[in-house]
Amino acid sequence: MCGIAGLISRKKVKENGNRIRKAIVLQNDRGNGLGAGYAAYGIYPEYAELYALHVMADNYSSILEVKEYLQRYFEVHIMEDIPLWNKKIVNHPLCKRFFVKPQSSLLTESVEEINEDGFTIEKVMELNGSFDNAFIFSSGKNMGVFKGVGTPADIYDFFCLDDYEGYIWLAHNRFPTNTPGWWGGAHPFNLLRYSIVHNGEISSYGINKRYLESFGYVCRMQTDSEVVAYLLDLLIRRHGLSVHEAATVLAPPYWTSIGRLEDEESRDRRLALKVVYESAMLNGPFAILAAFDNGMISLTDNTKLRPMTVAAEGEYSYYASEVSALYEMEENPTHVYTPRAGQSHAVFLDEASGNGGKKSYPNENENFSASPAKGGSKG
Amino acid sequence: MNNSGSIPSPGLRSIFRPRFNMDLCDGCGICAQECSFNEIRMETRGGKKIPMANSSSCGACHRCEYTCPRNAITIEENNLHLRSHGVWDRNAVQRVHLQSTSGSVVLTGLGADTDIPVYFDRLLFNACQVTNPSIDPQREPMETVTYLGQKYQAIGEIDDLRSFHNSLIRLSLPLVFAPMSYGSVNLNLQLAMARVAKKKNMLWYSGEGGLHKELLPYSDYAVLQVASGRFGVSPEYLQAGRAYQIKIGQGAKPGIGGHLPGEKVLEGISETRMIPLGSDAISPAPQHDIYSIEDLRLLIYALKEASGYKPVCVKIAAVHNVAAIASGIVRAGADMVYLDGYRGGSGATPAIVRDNVGIPIELALAAVDQRLREERIRHQASLVVAGGIRSSADVMKAIALGADAVAIGTACLIACGCHVCQRCSSGKCPWGITTNDPVLSKRLDVDWAEERLTNLVEGWHHEMQEIMGLNGIYDIGSFRGNRLILEGVDLHDRELSVLGVKHAGE
Repeated sequence: MCGIAGLISRKKVKENGNRIRKAIVLQNDRGNGLGAGYAAYGIYPEYAELYALHVMADNYSSILEVKEYLQRYFEVHIMEDIPLWNKKIVNHPLCKRFFVKPQSSLLTESVEEINEDGFTIEKVMELNGSFDNAFIFSSGKNMGVFKGVGTPADIYDFFCLDDYEGYIWLAHNRFPTNTPGWWGGAHPFNLLRYSIVHNGEISSYGINKRYLESFGYVCRMQTDSEVVAYLLDLLIRRHGLSVHEAATVLAPPYWTSIGRLEDEESRDRRLALKVVYESAMLNGPFAILAAFDNGMISLTDNTKLRPMTVAAEGEYSYYASEVSALYEMEENPTHVYTPRAGQSHAVFLDEASGNGGKKSYPNENENFSASPAKGGSKG
Repeated sequence: MNNSGSIPSPGLRSIFRPRFNMDLCDGCGICAQECSFNEIRMETRGGKKIPMANSSSCGACHRCEYTCPRNAITIEENNLHLRSHGVWDRNAVQRVHLQSTSGSVVLTGLGADTDIPVYFDRLLFNACQVTNPSIDPQREPMETVTYLGQKYQAIGEIDDLRSFHNSLIRLSLPLVFAPMSYGSVNLNLQLAMARVAKKKNMLWYSGEGGLHKELLPYSDYAVLQVASGRFGVSPEYLQAGRAYQIKIGQGAKPGIGGHLPGEKVLEGISETRMIPLGSDAISPAPQHDIYSIEDLRLLIYALKEASGYKPVCVKIAAVHNVAAIASGIVRAGADMVYLDGYRGGSGATPAIVRDNVGIPIELALAAVDQRLREERIRHQASLVVAGGIRSSADVMKAIALGADAVAIGTACLIACGCHVCQRCSSGKCPWGITTNDPVLSKRLDVDWAEERLTNLVEGWHHEMQEIMGLNGIYDIGSFRGNRLILEGVDLHDRELSVLGVKHAGE
């Protein structure tokens, strides 16, 4: 059991973490104090072109090794402490952040042309796979993950999240069961622009991990949830799937439901997605909220063994494990509803769905059914 | 000097014998008729007919026991009570005795009969408790749909979705009937397998004996074999099948060929194999147009061209370097690799080869799947594995280790009455399975065999879904290659590392 909360402003209006804090603190009983975390988008506007690498390390010499490593491959513009207020949490790793840009000479030198994202991921994975006492837990641009072992309220205060302003917020309250409660195992999990929080257990983890490893991803956070962030990167950034298609890969409809699709072309496409990405499919009980730089999507398993509720008011959309938490963020939502089993629900920034957006996705802001049942249950 | 009349002949004594309960026996003589090995004869004693056992050829097929209308027969061991010896145990002594009777290679049937570990038995499944709920297959959908064939690493690599789908084989469950040729088994068994394959949306493999005309209606579910003897390979044959299989090796006899004696080449077999009546059917050890991986590639593409680009499968025995060989086969263009393990069966194989050559399928499968993933070519071909699959648990363990589908051969025979007497090569199968004798083969009724096989498949399918459900998995795709579902017991580090599983309790 874990708790999830998320909010997004489609017009990119920024706010500090106060509302998301209320939503996740309300769900305090969904965790046990062994992990909590937040992700916020839009918090580093002055360094928006640089990758913000958040690093945890056991000791200062590891920090120096990380710095040395990063300087080999990146222009390190800033290295600084992540501001902490450690009144309640005394036993914690060192938390640093580096604002970096890949060395352009290294990008052009390689045999195949490699873009900045690909290069950065490769180095993040390499570092996480080879350093025993340090790891990067957040690597996107103009965003950051803040997480650790503690209650949601304590972790919020520890990272001083009143002082950050973002237009997308994610929060998580952890009740670890199968894996240890440690700083790296807290949610959200992040890779570049993709951050995820997860409630549940991924029974397909064994094959998801092997599948990702064959694409060069390193799973070292000792917990099943991290695969979701890497899968999103693989499917969307590397294989060019839309967010919605990536959702049907991760939480695919039953074969029988696909077989019932009348349009031959979309049926063929769905079948092919399920055949090709069989090993990326998630199984087991899960409710997942994923954020990326221009939107947010929720996923649940086909039998909906974990809760997910959604609300909307004006330019805002809200997600939470419990309906009551939605009202902590917005007292008078115009819509409150519960996605059906297997149904994903996505919200995109206005700039992303309009003509001026960087990317366009099909079916923006539409309720999308991945379950055998037809239609949504808005109301 | 020939003293054969007076010198005893060690090795010709059978290690089983029927025991007759004379209180029940009424001397009807059915047992003597049913025994195709002439173990039983009827004698008249005191005006009454009674059965007598020769103690020379009983192999514990239990045919007499089942057919006795008075339940008067039990089969018992007739062992030599040898003085125990740490090296010269009973098997070793009896093998030398038997070999010394003829001077020829000792032939046998079925798969290896040794105490090499069955790794399946040392792997245990995980199950849901508390944090991830089990799924009840009686209440929730539980899907086992499996696609075989060449796939792609990314959806963007597919030019034409329709032709991609047409190139794949869709199975309703990851289970197929292993290749057993017409000749090694009779048409009745093949017909039963073919009918069940069609009914259940599975596949059956023809083996190397060609495609009998009565099987044509089921050829859409058939993987037709092209083996070293090229039996029955005609232009029609190359159009009829759903897929084609190039046979390089077989688990029961890696590295050697096959020999169907002329006495067994009766009319149907002669016609189907396209060889003269009564002539020996020799399958050379290698395919004589394949001496290298490049040659294999030529044949793979020749078969694709000839068949209109149907999937081509390459069958190999699991041997020491199997991972590298499989990688080469995938890179040569095969759409499926069929791995036949150490315990894989045969209609006739030298016992010395069967019991001493090759490696267990669990280790071979684990090594091949891992190697193909490391080389990032796992998607290019499906893995079908066989070799001593005894239960739905074995099937699911193989799937968790990384198999796309699992083939069963011996289990089919057992479902149809086989009692594992291992005398398939004799041509006298008392249950009418591995014989083409016109009288004996009538003992295998096609409808009955079809029902038995259907029951087996349906029973296993239910059990497979139970195993998925208790692991909280509703789609076989998340089970496939998911080695965290398995943990080992009583295995050492090297075995665990090859299998890619943790030790129980870790």
